[in-house]
Amino acid sequence: MSLLEGKKVIAIGDRDGIPGPAIEACAKSAGAEVVFASTECFV
Amino acid sequence: MDLEIQQRVIDLTSKFGAENMIVMLGGAEAEASGLSAETVCAGDPTFAGPLAGIALGLGVYHVVESEVKNEFDPAVYDEQCGMMEMVLDIDSIIGEVKTVRDEYSKYNK
Repeated sequence: MSLLEGKKVIAIGDRDGIPGPAIEACAKSAGAEVVFASTECFV
Repeated sequence: MDLEIQQRVIDLTSKFGAENMIVMLGGAEAEASGLSAETVCAGDPTFAGPLAGIALGLGVYHVVESEVKNEFDPAVYDEQCGMMEMVLDIDSIIGEVKTVRDEYSKYNK
């Protein structure tokens, strides 16, 4: 059973790691709906 | 975790239901990723934000974890995350996030 398909995803990216839009693109490619994406900055 | 993001997590969870939500992290290092995971599962450990004392129990994964990575289109993953995957300390990040998920997530794990 797919973990992500049809799920609502909150993407919390990191400016120094993997940013929100990159997570969003990946989640969408797995059939999830991204309901919020952001990129945090820990500096 | 950013206080504004904590509030968004609460709002979206009450709108869609915790069982339908998955939080995906892109943190650059293990400790920060673990703290973010703990915040959306068990509540804000720093007691600074709206999630203080609120255990949503959401399913939480770092984007590099095989459980979610295996479901991505490999071409999209390579393009979006391939480069960073090579420089991040994947093993520590996965260890930290998985520990939190195993202990506190109630849904989608």
